[in-house]
Amino acid sequence: MTRDETVNFHTISVLVDNEPGVLARVIGLFSGRGYNIESLTVAEIDDARNLSRITVVTSGTEMIIEQIKAQLGRLVPIHRVSDLTLEGPHVDRELALVKVVSTGDQRVESLRIADIFRARVVDSTNESFVFEIVGDTGKLNAFIELMRPLGLADISRTGIAAIARGTSSL
Amino acid sequence: MSTTQIPGAEIILKALADQGVEVIFGYPGGAVLPIYDAIYQQNQVRHILVRQEGGAVHAAEGYARSTGKVGVVLVTSGPGATNAVTGLTDALMDSIPIVCLTGQVPTHLIGNDAFQECDTTGITRPCTKHNYLVKDVNDLSKVMHEAFHVARSGRPGPVVIDLPKDVCMALAEYTPPEKIDLKKYQPRVKGDLDKIREAVKLMAGAKKPVFYCGGGVINSGPSASKLLTNLVRSTGFPCTLTLMGLGAFPASDKQYLGMLGMHGRYEANKAMHDCDVMIAVGSRFDDRITGRLDAFAPDAKIIHIDIDPSSINKNVKVDVPIVGDVAHVLEDMTKIWKSTQASPNKKALSAWWKQIDEWRAVDSLKYTQGTEIIKPQHVIQRLSDLTKGMDSYITTEVGQHQMWAAQYFDFDEPNRWMTSGGLGTMGYGLPAAMGVQIAHPDSLVVDVSGEASFLMNMQELSTIAQYRLPVKLLILNNFYMGMVRQWQELMHGGRYAESYMESLPDFVKLADTFGMTGLRTSKPDELDDVLKEMIAIDGPVIVDIHVDPKENVYPMIPSGAAHDEMLLGPEDTAATPMSEEGMVLV
Repeated sequence: MTRDETVNFHTISVLVDNEPGVLARVIGLFSGRGYNIESLTVAEIDDARNLSRITVVTSGTEMIIEQIKAQLGRLVPIHRVSDLTLEGPHVDRELALVKVVSTGDQRVESLRIADIFRARVVDSTNESFVFEIVGDTGKLNAFIELMRPLGLADISRTGIAAIARGTSSL
Repeated sequence: MSTTQIPGAEIILKALADQGVEVIFGYPGGAVLPIYDAIYQQNQVRHILVRQEGGAVHAAEGYARSTGKVGVVLVTSGPGATNAVTGLTDALMDSIPIVCLTGQVPTHLIGNDAFQECDTTGITRPCTKHNYLVKDVNDLSKVMHEAFHVARSGRPGPVVIDLPKDVCMALAEYTPPEKIDLKKYQPRVKGDLDKIREAVKLMAGAKKPVFYCGGGVINSGPSASKLLTNLVRSTGFPCTLTLMGLGAFPASDKQYLGMLGMHGRYEANKAMHDCDVMIAVGSRFDDRITGRLDAFAPDAKIIHIDIDPSSINKNVKVDVPIVGDVAHVLEDMTKIWKSTQASPNKKALSAWWKQIDEWRAVDSLKYTQGTEIIKPQHVIQRLSDLTKGMDSYITTEVGQHQMWAAQYFDFDEPNRWMTSGGLGTMGYGLPAAMGVQIAHPDSLVVDVSGEASFLMNMQELSTIAQYRLPVKLLILNNFYMGMVRQWQELMHGGRYAESYMESLPDFVKLADTFGMTGLRTSKPDELDDVLKEMIAIDGPVIVDIHVDPKENVYPMIPSGAAHDEMLLGPEDTAATPMSEEGMVLV
């Protein structure tokens, strides 16, 4: 019996009832069974049907990923589990707010790089900027690395929201 | 339509009655007083007062497992709920349908560290199939009915409903179950027909097949056992059962290989190891079954029927997964087997049976009953023989006696065997026997116990006395926590740390204080008389049987070993020291 032991990242979308405890159920499942959470986001997407969408990025072998989906699927308030990574191309986006505290050349340089990355300035003082940047995780990481020597002071990231490309929906 | 407003507590009782609940096991307290008041004022639902909440859950488990119905528990907030946690976890591991109603402090006090408050839904989230906190009395009917639906459908399990006191007192209209929309949770019951055809094709071509069946067959109902039995017989394949599956296939059938796993029979484990096609039915490839995973059934194509998709490919990679209810799938499988006129390879099969008969000839359950001291295996074997043909139910605690009961008692029907398989809860069997006896007042119910497990829930003797439940508590007394002692002997150089049971009560006198009959023997030639007397007495009996304290459970697959590395007896143990990797496993 051969098993594929390669560890891959998967982005999984979960449609759930928006009720108390549902997020705790999902998080508890991951911690209780020793699965990884790389990123997790949740928000209501349909107030008429009282539904929320959870996007979770996790990593594991093929067998573990299959287990994670099966375990999620049997939670009562979960309506659907979709593995975006497996089911075809998808778009994933993350938003970060990045605070840079600097003056002089460093300050000018940070603004120049922000422009290249199409990050917006959403707050400014004489010594600081807060940039808002949207993109995939790699782009955000690259931007943050470039800001590090320029006075990077604080970061807040939303985690990944993802959706399938094309006509299919969750 | 009438719009009668009634208190939440009455809604709860109405819902229980409409769900067909006849009996609940519980213990009162401040937060559930309104519910107890409603119980007092009705006659449909009978309440059994236990002596500790843990006993209530195990009793409900015994009731559920022996009837196929949902077991219902009622406990108060705080310590009432936390005492129920072990039983809930036990029910989750063994897929037993339970609805547990827990009291809660009034909604405005939740989160205030009020008296007897605990975060019940938080604590029970990982040990229930689902749980609810009812904050609005208008949701109560729906939650009650949904809880029963969730507990019994799909892979059954425990469901907690946390009920704040003010919700139980507030008024609302009751909604009967037929008016509740339960579409949300609908597990798949019919198996994929293409997969079933693929399975039948594999089975027809098998040379060394084996059926490996578990508790899922029992949970699927008595019809599943019948379908399984017929299918196994029409294929001519051998069949082995897990601890939880005992009774799903008749032990008296010549195609039965006995229980498999860590303490399974030689022929069962060897057949599992050497098979080329394995048909797993309602079983979950637990570590007690598989032994070392990389050496598990190396040549087998595996067909796996299970209602829970998360059971499939969890521990062992499966070739033909079939998600569905066992009875539904077996019905379709039988039809396809017959309609395709599948006929197994007769020549190969007879060679396979010849091999199995050679393994059988090893007689891995043999032991010698001398004249001096009673062998524990002999007690169970005599119990099995003396109760043959009787309407009997067996529960157990956890440890050596449990394994001997599983090995030496012959079950020919499902729902006759109640044991804590997954969680391994000592103290399960005594309260479980109460629950079984409540459900089957005229049947013989025996709790096969060890003296250590017995002490874990013996407060329930008082319950047994109160309701005059004629359960038989058969203690295989070896003055040790036997299984702990066995592992210490085999793996820890015979250093028996804390496994000796000091200061045991006089069990005969103990029986006397509760108005029960107490019997005792340590002599092999008295054993039959004592067992016969126990069976004949119309009332509760505690039987203290002093057995050989040095006896170990064999055969044994040590943890971390493979199916073909079984120890058949003490002489094997000396030859094969335990591996380091095996030592860290439980």
